[in-house]
Amino acid sequence: MGRRIAARLGQAIVVVWIVATMAFALIHAAPGDPFAFDAPNVTQAVRQHWRAQFGYDRPVPVQYVLWLRNVATGRLGYSHSLHEPVSQALRDALPRTIELMAVALVFSFGLGVLLALYQVRHRGTRRARWADKTALFFYSLPDFWLALLLLLAFAYWFPILPAGYPVDPVMHAYMGPAAALVDRLRHLVLPALTLVLLTTAVVARFQRSELLEVLPLDFVRTARAKGADDARILHRHVLRNALLPTISLFGLSLPALLGGSVFVEKIYSWQGMGYVTVNAIDQRDYPLVMAGVLVGTAMVVLGNLVADLAYAYADPRLRVD
Amino acid sequence: MSTERPRGLAGSLGALPQGARVALIVLAVLALGALLAPLLTPYEPYQQLGIVHLKSLPPSWTHPFGTDRYSRDVYTRILFAARVSLSIATLAVLVSSTIGLAYGAVSGFVGGWVDAVMMRLLDALLSVPRVLMLIAVLALWSPVPVWALVLLIGLTGWFEVARIVRGQALGLREREFVVAARALGARRTRIIWRHVIPNVLSPVLVAGALAIGGVVILEAGLSYLGIGVQEPMASWGTMFHDATTQFVGTWWAVIFPGAAIVATVLAFNTVGDALRDRLDPHQLPGRPAPADAPPAPPVSILPQEPVHG
Amino acid sequence: MAEPLLTIENLRTYFRTPAGVARAVDGLSLSVHAGQTVGLVGESGCGKSVSALAILRLIAPPGRIEPGSSIRFEGRDLMALAERDMRRIRGNRIAMIFQEPMTALNPVFTVGDQVAEVARIHDGASRADAWRRAVEMLDRVGMPAPDERAREYPHQMSGGMRQRVMIAMALVMKPALLIADEPTTALDVTIQAQILELLADLQRESGMSILLITHDFGVVAETASRVAVMYGGEVVEEAPVKELFAHAHHPYTRGLLAAVPRLGAGRARLRTIPGSVPAPTAWPAGCRFRDRCASAWDRCEREHPAFYQAGTDHHSRCHLVEEPDRRVGDEAAAPTVDVHA
Repeated sequence: MGRRIAARLGQAIVVVWIVATMAFALIHAAPGDPFAFDAPNVTQAVRQHWRAQFGYDRPVPVQYVLWLRNVATGRLGYSHSLHEPVSQALRDALPRTIELMAVALVFSFGLGVLLALYQVRHRGTRRARWADKTALFFYSLPDFWLALLLLLAFAYWFPILPAGYPVDPVMHAYMGPAAALVDRLRHLVLPALTLVLLTTAVVARFQRSELLEVLPLDFVRTARAKGADDARILHRHVLRNALLPTISLFGLSLPALLGGSVFVEKIYSWQGMGYVTVNAIDQRDYPLVMAGVLVGTAMVVLGNLVADLAYAYADPRLRVD
Repeated sequence: MSTERPRGLAGSLGALPQGARVALIVLAVLALGALLAPLLTPYEPYQQLGIVHLKSLPPSWTHPFGTDRYSRDVYTRILFAARVSLSIATLAVLVSSTIGLAYGAVSGFVGGWVDAVMMRLLDALLSVPRVLMLIAVLALWSPVPVWALVLLIGLTGWFEVARIVRGQALGLREREFVVAARALGARRTRIIWRHVIPNVLSPVLVAGALAIGGVVILEAGLSYLGIGVQEPMASWGTMFHDATTQFVGTWWAVIFPGAAIVATVLAFNTVGDALRDRLDPHQLPGRPAPADAPPAPPVSILPQEPVHG
Repeated sequence: MAEPLLTIENLRTYFRTPAGVARAVDGLSLSVHAGQTVGLVGESGCGKSVSALAILRLIAPPGRIEPGSSIRFEGRDLMALAERDMRRIRGNRIAMIFQEPMTALNPVFTVGDQVAEVARIHDGASRADAWRRAVEMLDRVGMPAPDERAREYPHQMSGGMRQRVMIAMALVMKPALLIADEPTTALDVTIQAQILELLADLQRESGMSILLITHDFGVVAETASRVAVMYGGEVVEEAPVKELFAHAHHPYTRGLLAAVPRLGAGRARLRTIPGSVPAPTAWPAGCRFRDRCASAWDRCEREHPAFYQAGTDHHSRCHLVEEPDRRVGDEAAAPTVDVHA
């Protein structure tokens, strides 16, 4: 098992390295000097310092090495639009994105599996067909459009939920702990709901087909021959097997979820990494954009790593090395 | 092992379920709408009809979908934008299907260490969030010409197809007609071209149908952010870009383009689903399998069998 | 004789496919008495496994047990039972073991868990109690270090051990009837012998009946007291084992027996039965074996043979019972393969 962890960790590092390299290539292929931006309070001396730090006056291979070193140590440059080091900007934004995505993941995978079980239990009935169609419908929605609609519906037409900042910008500091928690949760609902609606559909569709794959297998027949009833067969024998590929789906859904959260964060002004990155685009703040992409990728890679290891643990055939 | 070739595409298109037939009709309507756009509306898509009095009008008889804040007719713009969005999506999927097909066919069929290396690279690429990658590239080079946009989207979308094709190719290596071709001395490239590729076209087609919807959404999102399709060209996504600054008051400018997207994507997904159900459902898209985990659930691949009984 | 434990009468199991109705089992009649081992023999695809599944009502659409089929067990008509009552019989009064123990066992549960599950389903046993019984059972079936092995997973075991697990699972509730569907086909020959011996031992101890389904006459010779030969979805011959081997009547049976290669028979060519089994969607009219039978004459085409009595306690579905002179010498006609003994 330890060997497997080491191997996966190695793979993860390779992936991040590849992406960092691609980012480097992109920055250098893009027009302009990243340090020539407009910012009155950044003196020439400071810019020269950065140029040296990133090796802009050195040959490209040296710059590459410096770049890798900087990335590995967290020196990702300076954001002129936010007037702070990039790492600082991300350090604030990252936990907010993680919060949003964690909630979305937990709910969507939980609901997705339940929905799939329902669909399989009642397969062939009208209820199941409607569940199918609903899942397909949500699966086909653009994330930003759904976000806009929900915003429109619940923040403006029927203003019951707030939009925006993770917490109420004005009042939060004055609220007691319970009220503060409620405030946080209220602000979380809409963006999380958007992501959950979309991802649940994906999970449900996938899980359903996996369940149907397992259903005709031999050991299910054995369980029936042992006298097990439908509920036991589905929830114990079939699910336990069909859940394994869902663990992989977890890892694979992270890139898409992160992509979706970019739009959701922008629309709800949820100041996580997606929000920061998108604003950086408008401001042509390249270091911030690049850093956003890098960190996002690193998160995904980490998530995949966890999913891989979880799979290896969950499947007894892989557990014994 | 069966000696018959896998069932081809023509056999599968016939007798699709009802939902899929409706979906095909919807797609046909959309395609026709896009093609015949000028004939279907009296207005021009970029025509500002009267910036003072006619902007931001709610739906009415003269403007079934209302006007946007530049006093352009929304219905007209949706029709013309359909051309852009649909073409971009189709072309991009074509690009990614081609690349994925080639990559997967070579990797799966050649096998060995070549396959191992190619798969590792693929795993790495799959980890990168597509939207983020595109944002990074497009932001740096913005504004990007449409052909470049198509290419970039295509270049970031071939990974899953490659994986599927590779799986199929691996299986096909051992099929009898391939073994026969090799026995007859055919060179590998020839075998790949004439035997492997035609037989993996079905899953590629299914993957393609399911992918077009995703690309429509992706392009719309990128255009909404301002880094996709650029003014003055209009796609469904740019229509959002215009509208959302004041969308509270002009919901029709947001809802209708969105509905168009949803209809399109839903139709493609339905057709893709139906095609997948008709063909062998095992090796097809929508089914992520980690590169070296055992097939779930297991049937045949076992560790060494201990000998005693 | 006392009433049989299991009486199957006119079992018909049809599968409705786009290619037509496949009459996999078409009028099977068979009985098993208490403490008896009955072998059901036939080629692959003759419907024997389907018959076994039908007894436990495990046939899934597009298959269906046709009305008119009767299966009586311990005096009750299984076809008339509600599903809930049928579940109480499965794994409890009638148990079944399958051919491929690797795929028949759930890969994500320990072996002990799977055996214990039977006790939990039928006796409502607690986890600890059921586990204890499972380990006991694994011991009974000859598994070394049963409490350790019980914690292992199916993929960690050899084929023979997995089959023992299946047997343990089947016998936890001490069923009256064990249906064994090709239990040794997937195993090595030496393991085969061990498993068959195990089954015989267990039967002696408990007095249960066994319905042994196989295509291998050698297996039948070892373990069964009666044999029924199946062809074309029906039983074509039935007799006690010794009688069948000594005086096989039906041309198909004779052909099967002649086809078994014998060591020491010199450089004889292997004998086969010419032709192949017709498709279950289109059984020929009259006798279903007639196209492959050297003795067939026009009656065989017209008239579907009844299950004639060919001797005391020996039945054969062949017109030759009534017209023995029609028999044409050696039914196994076309030799094909060279065998070096």
